Amino acid sequence: MSGAIVIVGGGIAGQSVCEEIRLRDPSVPITLVCGEASAPYDRVRLSEILVSGEDPQTLQLRPAEWYDDHDVTLMVGRTVTWVDAQRGVLGLDDVGELQFDRLVLATGSQPLMPPIPGIDLAGVHPFRGPADCEAIRSAAATGDIERAAVIGGGLLGLEAARGIAAQGCAVTVVHLLDRLMERQLDAGASALLGPALAGLDIDVELERNTQQIIGPERAHGLRFTDGSELRADLVVVSIGIRPETTLARAMGVVCDRGIIVDDAMRTSIPGVLAVGECAQHRGLVYGLVAPIHDQARVAAATLASQEAIYGGSVPSAKLKVAGIDLVCAGEAVGEYEAVVTDAATGVYRKLTVRDGRVVGTVLLGDTRGAESLVAAVRAHDLVDNPLQALADASLAGPADLPDSAQICDCNGVCKGQLVAAVMDGGCATPREVMAVTRAGTGCGSCRPAVFEIVAAATGGLSDEPAYLCPCRKQTRERLAARIRDEGMQSVSEVAAACGTGRECGVCKPALAYLVSEVCANTHREERDARFINDRVHANIQRDGTFSVVPRMYGGVTTPAELRRIADVAEKYEVPLVKVTGGQRLDLLGVRKQDLPDIWRELDMPSGHAYAKAVRTVKTCVGTEFCRFGLGDAIGLGIEMEKLWEGLHTPHKVKSGVSGCPRNCAEATVKDIGCVAVEGGWQVRAGGAAGGNVREADILATVETRGEALRVATTFLQYYRENADYKERTYDFIPRIGLEKVREIVLGEQTGAALRERLRIAKAAVKDPWLERDDPYHPRQFGDLDTPPDGPADAGEPTLVGPPAGGAR
Amino acid sequence: VTYACRVDDVPLGEGRALMLGDRRIAIFRSAGGWYALDAVCPHRGGPLEDGIVCDRAVICPLHERRFDLASGAALSGGDGVVAHAVEVRGERVFVVLAGHQQRAA
Repeated sequence: MSGAIVIVGGGIAGQSVCEEIRLRDPSVPITLVCGEASAPYDRVRLSEILVSGEDPQTLQLRPAEWYDDHDVTLMVGRTVTWVDAQRGVLGLDDVGELQFDRLVLATGSQPLMPPIPGIDLAGVHPFRGPADCEAIRSAAATGDIERAAVIGGGLLGLEAARGIAAQGCAVTVVHLLDRLMERQLDAGASALLGPALAGLDIDVELERNTQQIIGPERAHGLRFTDGSELRADLVVVSIGIRPETTLARAMGVVCDRGIIVDDAMRTSIPGVLAVGECAQHRGLVYGLVAPIHDQARVAAATLASQEAIYGGSVPSAKLKVAGIDLVCAGEAVGEYEAVVTDAATGVYRKLTVRDGRVVGTVLLGDTRGAESLVAAVRAHDLVDNPLQALADASLAGPADLPDSAQICDCNGVCKGQLVAAVMDGGCATPREVMAVTRAGTGCGSCRPAVFEIVAAATGGLSDEPAYLCPCRKQTRERLAARIRDEGMQSVSEVAAACGTGRECGVCKPALAYLVSEVCANTHREERDARFINDRVHANIQRDGTFSVVPRMYGGVTTPAELRRIADVAEKYEVPLVKVTGGQRLDLLGVRKQDLPDIWRELDMPSGHAYAKAVRTVKTCVGTEFCRFGLGDAIGLGIEMEKLWEGLHTPHKVKSGVSGCPRNCAEATVKDIGCVAVEGGWQVRAGGAAGGNVREADILATVETRGEALRVATTFLQYYRENADYKERTYDFIPRIGLEKVREIVLGEQTGAALRERLRIAKAAVKDPWLERDDPYHPRQFGDLDTPPDGPADAGEPTLVGPPAGGAR
Repeated sequence: VTYACRVDDVPLGEGRALMLGDRRIAIFRSAGGWYALDAVCPHRGGPLEDGIVCDRAVICPLHERRFDLASGAALSGGDGVVAHAVEVRGERVFVVLAGHQQRAA
């Protein structure tokens, strides 16, 4: 490759071309010109931001450093106003010029806005960029709006409607045709989609042709051609896209609907290519993401003088609306169709066949087997019995999926990578595969699939133990025994003796916990073995700042504490103060070097919200004030929290105490929970309310508050001693077996021994926030400053932190 | 060669960062010696100086990306980071900054 490349347009297409070129040529000069004010972001996920209100920054495809590292010149907020292809020069905002040898047009598309009266009124928005997203979300969330209308019942329109409904705002989707998502769905699936949307508080009106948006100053409703009207103070228009071809036409490139490209993604002008939603290939303009990546690969190959042919893409789409499972690919209607449908449950599954080959699928309400069916559509697989193929797909487990099927959405791990970890990487257990591939280490919801795939790849799950240190094949039990027998007191001693904690480092925090637990907190602390949270006793956030959660026993606080928290939040300009799910106050966005001062001024103990430790005990008001209360929930909660405070655990322990079976403190989905019932207390453990929801098992029902505290405490110590590192109570209890847990925890002698060991461990606990006055190192909370360039006798560095809002 | 810090400024087995020019550089004092890397994780911008250090690697505290301390190479896939040479003279630690392009694969 030679000669500078300029890419016009910083959308997914521009970014993708940029990356594909770099894969093939590390040095050719690349300039990426973005008209929008930010670096390329993942527009496909805008609807998630509309629902969650997260910062659009999180959609950034690559961090700013990526462009530096890859030697890509990134220009944001710059518009290419003219191109002279002959001379190889283009104009930027009519002020600057840029030379190029090759040009890639990735100008994307504009939202289609119908030329109807009122389209320019305030309160009418397209749904295209982060600014639209923010405007729609803030309008929908105000509560001033009685109803919002979305014009257009396509994929994007439905996602926009879902985002509006999520803000608690009534919303109606009005659609021109007689069925929703007519580009992807057939009539049968479309008919079932309406009721599913109704279940999410999204109304749908079909065959509505909007004639006018009613004003006068701002939008107040829609008037349709049949004369009827719909009241709406917020109107979102999502009727389609128009390829952005203005620049291409001006420079003389042949365009139809979009910029016409050949199979190598070349336009009519030599040296000028086009990719993405602005391009028209074999008469088709693609508005979906997968074809864009296909096109980008071919364009990059063409630029590298490699032979590559883009033969078109099979469109596939997934509706990103929580509560509705919908996947479709290829043709929704075909010469032969196999359909399985159950209107009562909203399930519709279809396979479309032409010439004996799979050409399309629609899966609504039950998307089992979607990965393999979509793969079959892409490959145009031969199919003998389509109905059987549908049934087989729904029964197919993860092990039957193609290698290209993505299993872990958090870390983007495909099945093939899991299998390769077993076949080529020598991994023998799911844990090892997860450690190597990082699959299942995000939200964890794909873990069952990972287990199944690994089981199939290894020929059945072996009984091989779970290693605390996978690279040294050492189990927790074995290491604990050696630590105990040889009187080891620190991670480095264990590392020297057993070789663990050295090579991969993954097991270091696990060893740190194990050493502290076996030594009942009289171990020699080595901070380098701890995760950053446990070095500075605060929870690291995505931007490198920290969160501070002071202890409030049982969720009970005082005016004086609240005043101090408020003062600290103001003085240190804490960006966010949030009430947590565990009934605490969280100060978020704190700089590391401010932590000691903040703790001192709060003058409250650590809430351990950053550690694998006893976290919060959430309580209801119990008998104190509640007229239904049967037991003193606050009293028991505070007792539990004070007795357990500061104890580290294999994984976090969240607890709750409810004063009656109405269970306002949600104690039945906590790691340890107590519920007051008529005549006593129910003590539960192993509950979960995260990626999976699990009702806690009942350990015992006891008569007094003291007994409840004793059973709960005994279980805590049993868990501390016997769970694997990072094993939550809800995985621990099923692994051990509830009967065995009960036998040991409720056993008179075994229970008493556990409680005695907990008492000893607790006696050595110190509030970690006292390190504010007694740091383990002078730079525990600080970084190094910026030293002057120059000679060795430069001045002594002083203690400063990262620049505010800096590049972290 | 740029002066970075004193030997005592970085606890054994940990890292600390500083700005050198316009770049944030993380300096690590591992059992095996001193290392310096660009401090910003190419994945999501995590502060590598806050990561856990083992014999040969540092693990980003945000999403557990691993980087070779000596070369900056990404050990768990994705982009690597630029590695810089470190010289210790007596009690003082110096960094020899590498160019932006000298990033390991």
